[in-house]
Amino acid sequence: MLRLKNINTYYGKVHALKNVSLHLAEGEIVTLIGANGAGKTTVLNSISGITPPSAGDLLFLKETIKNLSPDRIVKLGISQVPEGRQVFKPMTVDENLELGAYLRYKARAPRLEIDKDKEEIFQLFPRLEERRKQAAGTMSGGEQQMLAIGRAMMARPKLLLLDEPSMGLAPLVVQEIFRVLQRLRDERGVTILLVEQNAKAALKLADRGYVLETGKVILEGKADELLENSEVKRAYLGKDKKEIWER
Amino acid sequence: MNVLVFVGIHTLLAIALNLLLGYAGQISLGHAAFFGLGAYSSGILTATYSWNPWLAMLVTASVVASVAFVIGFPILKLKGHYLAMATLGLGIIVYILFNEWVDVTGGPSGFSGIPNLQIGSLIFDTDFKNYYLIWIFVLGCVLLSVNLANSRIGRAFRAIHDAETAARVMGVNARLLKVQVFALSAMICSIAGSLYAHVMTFIAPPSFGFNISIELLTMVVIGGLGSIYGSFLGALLLTTLPEFLRFMNDYDIVFYGGLLMVMTIFMPGGLVRGIPQLFRKIRGSGKDKGNANA
Repeated sequence: MLRLKNINTYYGKVHALKNVSLHLAEGEIVTLIGANGAGKTTVLNSISGITPPSAGDLLFLKETIKNLSPDRIVKLGISQVPEGRQVFKPMTVDENLELGAYLRYKARAPRLEIDKDKEEIFQLFPRLEERRKQAAGTMSGGEQQMLAIGRAMMARPKLLLLDEPSMGLAPLVVQEIFRVLQRLRDERGVTILLVEQNAKAALKLADRGYVLETGKVILEGKADELLENSEVKRAYLGKDKKEIWER
Repeated sequence: MNVLVFVGIHTLLAIALNLLLGYAGQISLGHAAFFGLGAYSSGILTATYSWNPWLAMLVTASVVASVAFVIGFPILKLKGHYLAMATLGLGIIVYILFNEWVDVTGGPSGFSGIPNLQIGSLIFDTDFKNYYLIWIFVLGCVLLSVNLANSRIGRAFRAIHDAETAARVMGVNARLLKVQVFALSAMICSIAGSLYAHVMTFIAPPSFGFNISIELLTMVVIGGLGSIYGSFLGALLLTTLPEFLRFMNDYDIVFYGGLLMVMTIFMPGGLVRGIPQLFRKIRGSGKDKGNANA
């Protein structure tokens, strides 16, 4: 469904992504793990057109999206949940969700249809419905993350890009959010690319995973295999540290 | 009556700047430039080239909007202080143009002989008539702006203001929208400038200088960022205040500075949000006293 071929992205002179290649099949949950500064967010921003790659190719549904602007890419069916949630703080939950459907309003989609999608988001996250008239900035971190996911879903994406949804959240809330991601895939067939620091939780949810280090993909494989991989265990899961240190 | 004409013109300008600053979150320290371009262009086209004033106003507004659209693309790529500096530069360049291009603009001694506006045999040559003229424009501008602010586009502006990256991944074409609101804002300023030129029949560069840009900014902030009605309150206060401060002579600027400081500290939301809050507080404390007595 999505294929990155030797993507190279620069921030000014900083070479942030070096020949990154990865792919997602339809209906897959794939996770991208790695340390701070490895380039995980840049991969997502390269896909969504926020920081367009300077070399390589990006294919979505077999067509190149490399030089498209972010709004065109959203229109094709890729929605991003940005790092740190980035909900529109002074606006209400309702308004945030409506902004998620911005392009559909622009295309004059029937209001009823959009309202129905909103109700579906409220079924996924009942807590949002209780707070629909509340300013997004006054909600807890977990609720804001739910809103950010709901907002992205309002565009009816085929592919959902998530940037560290577990950031700064309590383990129980992370569980709740990951359960919803699972439902989105199982019930609606949404393909998910999940960027995470919380490697363990992400690998448990995902089908496959990629490990990114200093702008390069250093490992890839099935999620359960990566969970057992000694290098991943040492570097990202915090296990078997002792033996390595002593060697 | 004359003061109310100016309140109207300032309201137009404040609304224009507020759409840009209060809604889309993009600062401009050079908005007097568009006001001046409107005034000078209308003045020159009508007085020197004897155009019909309404036609001149229309042509001027579209040209100014197009110019703003074109320069908006490079300028609005900038953010924060850099955007402030770039727009400041724009204001200064235009101001120098008015001063130095003496053959066309009359230079520092100003430009006179601009005709009044006219509909059929009705000539807008008294304060009374101008009052109605200006406020019809203000009313139109308020309706347009309120509608825009409450639309999908208005929501997108606020989204850009609050979290630009998030807005972009929602499919909001942030760059284009910013440039469009900049052009719209410039167009409203240009119309205000044309009206000003025809009401005054005489214009001079100091009416379009840096301090005017700052005054506009003050009106928007004091009135309330992101509130169309706030822009009216800000324009009203800052236009009528000088009438009451005449006794302070040149020291009125100290008063303005103080006012701005007090406002930003105690009413960061501007008059339009601050006054209701103040009322609630007064009523609230009154209630407490009542309870204490009982």
